[in-house]
Amino acid sequence: MQAFAALIDGLIYTRSRDLKIRLIADYLRITPDPDRGWALAALAGTLNIATVKSAAIRAMAEERFDPMLFRMSRDYVGDTAETVALMWPDKSGGDAAPTVSEVIDLLNSTSRARAPAVLAELMDRLDANGRYALLKLATGGMRVGISARLAKTAFGQAFGVSVDDVEEVWHALRPPYTELFAWGEGRTERPDPADSAFFRPFMLAHPLEDGSVHLDEFVAEWKWDGIRIQIASTGGETRLFSRGGDEVTGSFPEIAAAFNGVGVVDGELLVRGDVQGGEAASFNALQQRLGRKNVTAAMQAEYPVFVRLYDILFDGAEDVRGQPWTARRDRLERFTANLNPARFDLSAVIAARDFEHLAEIRAAAREAAIEGVMLKRRDSLYLAGRKVGLWYKWKREPLVADCVMMYAQRGSGKRSSYYSDYTFGCWTEDGNLLPVGKAYSGFSDDELKWLDRFVRNNTVARFGPVREVEKSLVLEVAFDAVHESKRHKSGVAMRFPRISRLRRDKPAEEADTISALRAMFD
Amino acid sequence: MWIDPSRPVPRALVTHGHADHARSGHGAVWATPETLAIMALRYGTEMGTPVPYGEGFEHGGVKISFHPAGHVLGSAQILLEHAGERVVVTGDYKRRFDPTCTPFEPVACDVLITEATFGLPVFTHPPIEDEIAKLLAAREANVDGCIVVGAYALGKAQRVIAELRRAGYDAPIYIHGAMQKMCDLYAAHNVPLGELIMATGLAKSELKGAIVIAPPSAMNDRWAQRLPEPITAMASGWMRVRQRARQRNVELPLVISDHADWNELTDTLLELRPSETWITHGRTDALGRWCELHQLKARALDLIGREDEDEG
Repeated sequence: MQAFAALIDGLIYTRSRDLKIRLIADYLRITPDPDRGWALAALAGTLNIATVKSAAIRAMAEERFDPMLFRMSRDYVGDTAETVALMWPDKSGGDAAPTVSEVIDLLNSTSRARAPAVLAELMDRLDANGRYALLKLATGGMRVGISARLAKTAFGQAFGVSVDDVEEVWHALRPPYTELFAWGEGRTERPDPADSAFFRPFMLAHPLEDGSVHLDEFVAEWKWDGIRIQIASTGGETRLFSRGGDEVTGSFPEIAAAFNGVGVVDGELLVRGDVQGGEAASFNALQQRLGRKNVTAAMQAEYPVFVRLYDILFDGAEDVRGQPWTARRDRLERFTANLNPARFDLSAVIAARDFEHLAEIRAAAREAAIEGVMLKRRDSLYLAGRKVGLWYKWKREPLVADCVMMYAQRGSGKRSSYYSDYTFGCWTEDGNLLPVGKAYSGFSDDELKWLDRFVRNNTVARFGPVREVEKSLVLEVAFDAVHESKRHKSGVAMRFPRISRLRRDKPAEEADTISALRAMFD
Repeated sequence: MWIDPSRPVPRALVTHGHADHARSGHGAVWATPETLAIMALRYGTEMGTPVPYGEGFEHGGVKISFHPAGHVLGSAQILLEHAGERVVVTGDYKRRFDPTCTPFEPVACDVLITEATFGLPVFTHPPIEDEIAKLLAAREANVDGCIVVGAYALGKAQRVIAELRRAGYDAPIYIHGAMQKMCDLYAAHNVPLGELIMATGLAKSELKGAIVIAPPSAMNDRWAQRLPEPITAMASGWMRVRQRARQRNVELPLVISDHADWNELTDTLLELRPSETWITHGRTDALGRWCELHQLKARALDLIGREDEDEG
């Protein structure tokens, strides 16, 4: 556990990506199985210990520490696990520290009710850094600035294999990845999971900033505002995966049941607006279906889902990712023709004469489910990740509104000493401010410092970690869409709000009204 | 008469030489001889009455005496006695061994005015030997670069140097120009620091494998860019919290503090058991809460011109 704790701390304090990769690679090479596999899972975010949730950590803390002292400490540190690790009385000493696999085994074999006690015993055997690593390991979120991709890259570097090969089999394997290490060390062939339905990495797009492309080379499609989904089927088994490779079959059983093809396809999951036969509805409708482990028949009827197909990765057992987009498109059209049209259709290609014409079409599109335009090189192969020059996303211009800052809260992690999360409101007809959203991004570091000072100097009330401020600062807020919401008192909710400008020049009375926001409903 | 006044006053008692306690421009100053020497170095022709540890004088019927605080060279607690009542102002203090200054002496009192810089239970400073070992290990692992350690020019810098010597590191230690005079002052007060060399102006090749001590303000400016592949270390009690270290772009956090940590603060209160405690400088709320839980009478003493959090 000490070696893992040292790795975690090393990653926290190392800024360079190359050095981070080297730290992980060194650890993976010298650490024995299965410890290194569990560590790799923790870094890649695939480790899930069902018996420990962050509530267990809080419960453990509340049992031992004065709640007020704990809250003050938590507010200062900005991270529950670290607070508990630091406050915990140090009893460690000698060689009592558990190994990573001992930790995993103990936690996996206990019950949710017993887990806090097991965790506490482990805490007593570790020093402060070990305790921090233990709590991060147990709850999942490592927050060490490592993406799953970087962890796989480090694996590739440790053993001299290509990261694409790692990606290809990754999702068919489970922690602690002993087959992966056996292959990495040249002891076995690459694991071959061909007989199961598993996730293949998505091809992703870069934003088209201010450039343009030539439509002889690029094809244009709508970018649909649903959730990107991959359907993998061996014929016997059909599974659905979200963009990150999480399985979501259980949330959309009607899709899996209706899919009668063999292969792997890439598409956008959408909800049909006016039920069968209608067009795609806004993201808001789809939200009703997200994050549900099980869905009722009533849910399925009220929010019917379908998949708009973009691409094909496997046609039957044949891997077609090495073929150009045009060839894959032909295959996709033939493949889709055999699917149930109520559940699956093709994402249409936009017929535009040239780029200027496309810009006009994009500007005129007001359909709720359209997020923008996709541009794909006609000869692009289907390559994992974001490759330069092949696919671009060209989003619609965001909407903006002038809102007034109402409350502020301290951020987490790197921003834990700053008031960086802002709740803002718009005016009602009778001159009251009601909250319409919350944003914690879009400003520069200098602006953050300024905002933080503004909050501290203009606090009118405190509610725990939240400060209510003088209603004097206008924030220009950008957002992708706004829709009706029963959850908010104002009746509106924004999609992806972020601060686009500080309007220090603008008096708060001149900020926008809620009815102005309503006028922007899709 | 004021203690550590932040504005010029006719008569000031000064606990120690750090700039937020020892200001210039007072009419008359009483402080330990070491603190007066530090003030003279910083402010030029500062005059004052030296009061050695354990000694005192009377003013307006109050007996005033100075006692070691263990914070930096010359740092003192101030005891005020009047009509049988004893009030102690700790100034900044710590309870751990420090080769550069006289150790803290507990002084029995009725009212204790204590600092609380690290007055949160998350702050426990590890043994300094462990932190010095981390620093030496990082140097070993980076012989082609150098380690630049951010440390306050008064106190922390000399303590880190003296602890490196105690750990057996006898190579020259490189220092930022702003520290030279203070290091000389320490050496003149019988705190041996070994061979120190000014890092400013040296070629990169001469600094390979070196340990360089610099004030925190110099760490992120152009001065540091002239060093060969520097690893940024910082010696501070705040380094205990990971995100604090990250916010300052520190790669090698060294939890070394000249202030009492949470356990030292609370142990001192239990040892002295003053009938009343006033808390200042830092987390007054948390230490106040601890006092409440331990049936000790306490209140916060808010000082003018100090923010409620995060400074330092």
